[in-house]
Amino acid sequence: MTTTDSTTPESTPQMRQMPATRAERDPLGSAVPVIDCTDVDIFYGTFKAVHDVTLSFGKNEITALIGPSGCGKSTVLRCLNRMNDLIPGAHVTGTISYHGQDIYAPEVDPIEVRRRIGMVFQKPNPFPKSIYDNIAYGPRVTGMKVSSMDDLVEEALQSAALWDEVKDKLKQSAYSLSGGQQQRLCIARTIAVRPEVILMDEPCSALDPIATARIEDLMLELVKDYTIIIVTHNMQQAARVADRTAFFTAKPSLDTGDRTGELVEFDRTEKIFSNPAKQATEDYISGRFG
Amino acid sequence: MASVGTLTRTAVRPLKAERHGNGSATSIAFLVALWLALAFSVLVLVVLLVDSFRDGLPRLDGDLFTRYSSTVRPETAGARAAILGSIWVITVTAVLAIPLGAAAAVYLEEFADSARWYNRLVEVNLQNLAGVPAIIYGMLTAGFALAVGLRRGTVIAGGIALALLILPVIIIATREALRAVPMEIRQGSLALGATPLQTVWRQTLPAAVPGIATGTILALSRAIGEAAPLLLLGGATFITYDPDGLMSGFTTLPIQIFGWASRPQAELRTVASAAIIILLAMLLVMNTLAIVIRNRYQKRW
Repeated sequence: MTTTDSTTPESTPQMRQMPATRAERDPLGSAVPVIDCTDVDIFYGTFKAVHDVTLSFGKNEITALIGPSGCGKSTVLRCLNRMNDLIPGAHVTGTISYHGQDIYAPEVDPIEVRRRIGMVFQKPNPFPKSIYDNIAYGPRVTGMKVSSMDDLVEEALQSAALWDEVKDKLKQSAYSLSGGQQQRLCIARTIAVRPEVILMDEPCSALDPIATARIEDLMLELVKDYTIIIVTHNMQQAARVADRTAFFTAKPSLDTGDRTGELVEFDRTEKIFSNPAKQATEDYISGRFG
Repeated sequence: MASVGTLTRTAVRPLKAERHGNGSATSIAFLVALWLALAFSVLVLVVLLVDSFRDGLPRLDGDLFTRYSSTVRPETAGARAAILGSIWVITVTAVLAIPLGAAAAVYLEEFADSARWYNRLVEVNLQNLAGVPAIIYGMLTAGFALAVGLRRGTVIAGGIALALLILPVIIIATREALRAVPMEIRQGSLALGATPLQTVWRQTLPAAVPGIATGTILALSRAIGEAAPLLLLGGATFITYDPDGLMSGFTTLPIQIFGWASRPQAELRTVASAAIIILLAMLLVMNTLAIVIRNRYQKRW
């Protein structure tokens, strides 16, 4: 993992520490924020699952959300493209804005949000269709004007580093692929609709180390064109691929014992892993808990 | 030392299956009982089939398919009107019940908020409706026909009665088929920016087709064998013309069989058995179709 070098603007002395407190929004140095969360609480019915999250995600950066199980990282991720709406009783207070627009405003269509902010899931979930139809599905249902679907499919598969392996069997069922290939297919399918942001919920946890390495390489390629936010249990993965990392933890409630997730620290990855500002972060990174 | 001794003793004891009951008297008795239950069920069916075949085989000829029922010349009586009537009525039933049932199931499963009291009421009543005796649906249709000025003894009325009968079954079968489609498929579709309706129409429903087809065809097989509601509506036992439209009078195979079997002439009882064979053959074809569809679509997964 490269350390900050003196030629990038982020390493200028103007770049401040980024404490994740209520009082301050997180500036991203010179990175352009794409999604901003401000004072976000996430509830399932009356249970507060995530408390007071304030952070921003920078354009063409990989941001990792790390932390122990049950600290709300996946919940936060799902809220970024309103997939959490599917869970009955889930609601959000605070503001999550995409290029300044509140995505939870009443006039906002969640379908439009999802077309711009795509998602790859933990377990690869290709459709029970051919490889070609899996990729073509997104453009077809979103009504994308496509001059050549064949070209679009090829482009998506090339970007997902899957083209060479499947170019001769595009009409075969997606289930004939291995787990790692299926996950790359899901990534190809997501980028076929040309989102701006790709959310990845533990994309490699169901895969073997070699497949994981290929997906990580893919992420580092894709980030040139997309903004990527990943949730990962694997700290080393965050250290390998992420530009910035947000560390969450779970605080048990005093009366009920249910755990509420909280953002502890959000900063550049090197800082989180080498010199974190909070003791809790230090404990987690060094394996003392979680 | 004692623990080492125990270890040695355990290692030396032979690994026999009987020790844990695979060959024991109880398990053998249990297996025999299961086998007997199966044999009994199959035996009853076999006796029925053999009996029908023995009686009806002599009349399984061209006349059976081409000629109409006759009491004057029972030796050439045919089931032509009944066969055609059954096909007409079952087609109307399928056209009415399948889209309605599938759409209702899709709404209940994919769009309805299950916390609302009226949706829960529908849920509870669906199971009840599936158990209502068939003749009640005949009465219901007769009342409806009276109210709208429709003639009772028509193909369309028969189709409506049977459609109402099998609608709850189709709804339940379709819901089960929809539930069997994994949630990840829907989530994957929605995450790409598809609307819930697109997701249902393009992913969930096609994936549920094998289950829906199986349930539907089984429901239709039940409908094809129903006599009570159609008798009430006026499906006569003595029709000597082909059905020629939705408003035409009709008879069906079960009704015809019932009519013939109640007569004193021995030839009519023979031809009734022959008609039973035809009915069983139709049921066999339908159920085979259900299995073929299910197998063909299941390979996709």
